[in-house]
Amino acid sequence: MAADTEARPIAQMRGITIEFPGVKALDGVDLTLRGGEVHTLMGENGAGKSTLIKALTGVYPIDAGTIVVEGTPRTFRGTSDAQAAGISTVYQEVNLCTNLSVGENVMLGHEVRGPFGIDWKSTHREAERHLEGLGVRIDTRSLLAAHSIAVQQLVAISRAMVTDSRVLVLDEPTSSLDRGEVDQLFGVIRGLRDRGVAILFVTHFLDQVYEISDRLTVLRNGALVGEYPVAELPRAELIAKMIGRELDEFAAISRSADREIDRGGDPVIRATGIGRRGVLEPADVEVYDGEVVGIAGLLGSGRTELVRLLYGADRADAGRVEVRGRPARITNPRHAIDRRIAFSSEDRRAEGIVGDLTVAENIVLGIQAKRGALRKLRKAEQDAIVEEYIQALGVRPANPNALIRNLSGGNQQKVLLARWLATAPQLIILDEPTRGIDVGAKADIQRKVAELSEQGLGVVFISSELEEVVRIAQRIVVMRDRRKIGELTSHDTDVDDLVAFIAEEHDTQESPESVA
Amino acid sequence: MKKILRHRMFWPVIALLALIVLNTIARPSFISITVQNGQLYGALIDILRNSAPLMLVSLGMMIVIATRGIDLSVGAIMAVSGAVALTIIADSPSPDDLGTVLVAILVGVLVSLLLGIWNGFLVAVVGVQPIIATLVLMLAGRGVALLITGGFITTINSAPYKFMAQGYVIGLPFAFFVSIAAIVIVALIERRTALGVLTEAVGINPEASRLAGVRARGIIWGAYAASGVLAGFAGILYTSNIMAADANAAGLYIELYAILAVVLGGTSLAGGKFTVAGTVVGVFTIETLRSTILFLGVPSAVAPLFLAIVVVIVVLVQSQRLRGAVAKLAQALRPKKPEVAR
Amino acid sequence: MKKILAGVALAGAVALAMTGCASDGGSGGGGGGDDLITVGFAQTGSESGWRSANTESLKTALSEENGFKLVFNAADNKQEAQIAAVRSFINQGVDAIVIAPITVDGWDDVLTEAKDAGIPVILEDRTVSASDDLYASWVGLDFEKEGETAGTWVKDNFDGQAQNLVVLEGTTGSSAALDRATGFDKAIEGTDINVLDSQTGDFTRDGGKKVMEGFLQKYGNQINILFAHNDDMGLGALDAITAAGLVPGQDIKIVTIDAVHDGMQALADGKFNYIVECNPLLGEKVADLVKKVVAGDSVEKREIVPDQSFDQDQAKEALPTRPY
Repeated sequence: MAADTEARPIAQMRGITIEFPGVKALDGVDLTLRGGEVHTLMGENGAGKSTLIKALTGVYPIDAGTIVVEGTPRTFRGTSDAQAAGISTVYQEVNLCTNLSVGENVMLGHEVRGPFGIDWKSTHREAERHLEGLGVRIDTRSLLAAHSIAVQQLVAISRAMVTDSRVLVLDEPTSSLDRGEVDQLFGVIRGLRDRGVAILFVTHFLDQVYEISDRLTVLRNGALVGEYPVAELPRAELIAKMIGRELDEFAAISRSADREIDRGGDPVIRATGIGRRGVLEPADVEVYDGEVVGIAGLLGSGRTELVRLLYGADRADAGRVEVRGRPARITNPRHAIDRRIAFSSEDRRAEGIVGDLTVAENIVLGIQAKRGALRKLRKAEQDAIVEEYIQALGVRPANPNALIRNLSGGNQQKVLLARWLATAPQLIILDEPTRGIDVGAKADIQRKVAELSEQGLGVVFISSELEEVVRIAQRIVVMRDRRKIGELTSHDTDVDDLVAFIAEEHDTQESPESVA
Repeated sequence: MKKILRHRMFWPVIALLALIVLNTIARPSFISITVQNGQLYGALIDILRNSAPLMLVSLGMMIVIATRGIDLSVGAIMAVSGAVALTIIADSPSPDDLGTVLVAILVGVLVSLLLGIWNGFLVAVVGVQPIIATLVLMLAGRGVALLITGGFITTINSAPYKFMAQGYVIGLPFAFFVSIAAIVIVALIERRTALGVLTEAVGINPEASRLAGVRARGIIWGAYAASGVLAGFAGILYTSNIMAADANAAGLYIELYAILAVVLGGTSLAGGKFTVAGTVVGVFTIETLRSTILFLGVPSAVAPLFLAIVVVIVVLVQSQRLRGAVAKLAQALRPKKPEVAR
Repeated sequence: MKKILAGVALAGAVALAMTGCASDGGSGGGGGGDDLITVGFAQTGSESGWRSANTESLKTALSEENGFKLVFNAADNKQEAQIAAVRSFINQGVDAIVIAPITVDGWDDVLTEAKDAGIPVILEDRTVSASDDLYASWVGLDFEKEGETAGTWVKDNFDGQAQNLVVLEGTTGSSAALDRATGFDKAIEGTDINVLDSQTGDFTRDGGKKVMEGFLQKYGNQINILFAHNDDMGLGALDAITAAGLVPGQDIKIVTIDAVHDGMQALADGKFNYIVECNPLLGEKVADLVKKVVAGDSVEKREIVPDQSFDQDQAKEALPTRPY
């Protein structure tokens, strides 16, 4: 492995300090990127990872410290300065022009010129060559928007190679990719590494860290914890360094899955044959008081679609829904809310938080919407509710007047949970509540879900991390290819069983009932 | 001190004060207020009175903008409401009767409400883009007003109607009290109820608001209806000021000035957070600017250019990014001096 | 929805049928043996009170009693619609065409077509840039002369008294505003009348009122005379003057141009002091010219209809019989 030999440093950041009004976002942080190495930046949300990346790529000016690229000290006044110095970035949300062709995107600003202006034929041939260098074979004349995020990221990487980048920053590139796409991306990354490119990688997935990285830099609260070769840092130790405390917290939660549920009376919700043409094959779901029903399945399996139909976020065109045994027509969110059903979307930013409002306003939004515009919560009531939930969920910073968009992902998620809990629901649907948030917040949220269900709340819980589902759900609905393929009980299921079940062939439309 | 500097109302207020100072330097009589026939009289009083129609329209525009919308039809609605009210009074046998005047005002405003509801229907229910939806009435409304007045300028004599824009109460113009009432009512409705924060939520993130159970459709619809009603009242004030329904000139370009007032006051055109106080300051800034052209004696031919330059300066002064750049520039220049001294 | 669409289509069809009838009747009249002269009149639209009076004047003058058959078209201030109307007059084979051009340019082709068809064209109100052998005559008003008349009145009454004057201009850049200002300035040149200030009030009452308020705040009691480029601005200024505690017509003398009804009323009431008419009653002159050209008589290329002017006593006398 490249890490064994002390590779040549391409970019060195020393003593980087960045201050925002009232906050020291980075305090004297070092980072060294070596050619032919994949270097992963680790830290909880709010540790300063994205700030450090933005300093390296010229988005933020630094208040103190030095950046040296290939021996030359640099001051970046903008992203173009960083690119000129050979540092390219590929973001999670690709920053390319989706309304241009693949070839145009790859070659933008580096088009091949002929005697009559741009020679498009050669330009596309050149783009093809670059893409093939990464093992990608697509029509360079097709529109970028027509391709998946995964392909778009590869196009972004090709573009970085066209501009002859020495340092490639990959900011959470894998968060919306499926397994196969991740494998392809990793293949490309290894290829680039072997060509001597220095790669800075950011991810929340621990497995991927150990799969691809040569070296790790860990940040905590804007300060450097240390730099370690991956081989010398086992997982438990890494997590401890990231969150600064030992982790036996998950252990306590795991008991929740084994709790016995009384399925005697009417369930909180019972959906029979609920579905929508082209979106979801008709499926049955029921949730009892105090029960956590997990929904497992890959991205695009129909798990999100199912819960959106239950909540009325999208309209079902088939099936019946009963709430506590009484037929219910739920065709928009208001219908669900009136029946004390709550739903937290997987897309926290676009469908969850109201960014320019404060934490307090975001918390009371649900309860206020339920009361109607005219019956405004009195200030005292509002303060009491906000205070209660900020404490109960451990929202940080505990400042009700902070704008929610300035909070870390995990804390935003806690605020959204607070918004719904304040409306006193009988059923709460959580779609990927732990995605993209740090380990500490993850544990907090799981513990809260377990606690709430013990108190009698019905919960539907979706997560890409199957350990999570197995740990806290008593019953698991398994989805694949936009249909429900079965149900499992947790206490005789582990992650391997679940993976096997998802992977198995299920030819019949009938769901094999394996509920005990 | 720092707190004051950072307050979002700081720069809009500074811009307004700077204009007033500029005028006073040009003509000290600008700030003089005398008593004439028991009424306060002076350029500042004129600004208070003449700003009333723009104030009402801007408050409505602000609410619509907060929902991520825009209402281009306000000028046309003003023309319609004025035409309706004056036609009723002109056709009535007793134009000086308070009852007649109240009916005329009521009908004028009701018609405006209907027009606002129409706009809201197009935007909130049909889903037409606000700029297109309100463009329909912007173009057609004036035609309707012309139809009502028969293509002529309808003039009336009616003491109670005249009082709306030209009367005085305890020495101050009645129109100013109408402004104050509108400001207070809008502020109360938006801030004493949860309507304001729900409107902002819808403007900032419509989908998140919908999923949180906010009745976004009703809120958007209501915003356009409110804008219609306020524009209707503005049309009444406009016609009362000249005692004539001039369908071609009533509220001409007022939608643009209203948008400008809202933006000068610090509300983003992208929707979301809005500030009533900011809009009020924005309206006074624009009205003062109009007086400035007169007081500085800017020739008519260059008046639009002058207006544009002042607006650009005001907007630039308020731009956070520009202020940041200037501060940075100052900082960058400072360390050099000691080096030279050494 | 379908029902509404059907309704619209039906209404459209009826409208088409009706215009069809009207044009048939028109050409029938023109080609028939009666003595009526068929005239096509392409009006700009109906944008102002002045325009309505102008239309009314032509309709009256070109009536059947007077020996005409009028085909009327109002183009809603769109030039292409107006040109289309003129073309349809040519196709109908009318005896003469009257145009109130919306814009100055773009008339060469259609005027040539009319000339080739042997149909004489008479322009009224505004003019065109096309060569003057493409039309028979132009009937209109002289804005500069109007300004000059107003200025002369000011000069005759106030020269030598060191009076201060303010001007409410029309819409910046319009020919009426430019020419009236030129004529007025020419007339008061060499007098001791001091023009304090001049600002645009956009020809509207609201504009006139606001600008006058500003003038009064700025100059206090210094203002002796107000010249407004039209009645509406002068009418708007009245309220401002009263609010300042001054008496219009006495403390501030007011001279305006137009002589619309409300203005004449103000003059008769002693609030205005002098009005120069901007005469919309061009009909008789037009009718006279049409008869001459159709008969083959030679006519002047430019016919300016003289504007009257009124002082307070003349206004009282004229008001009851004014047609507009």
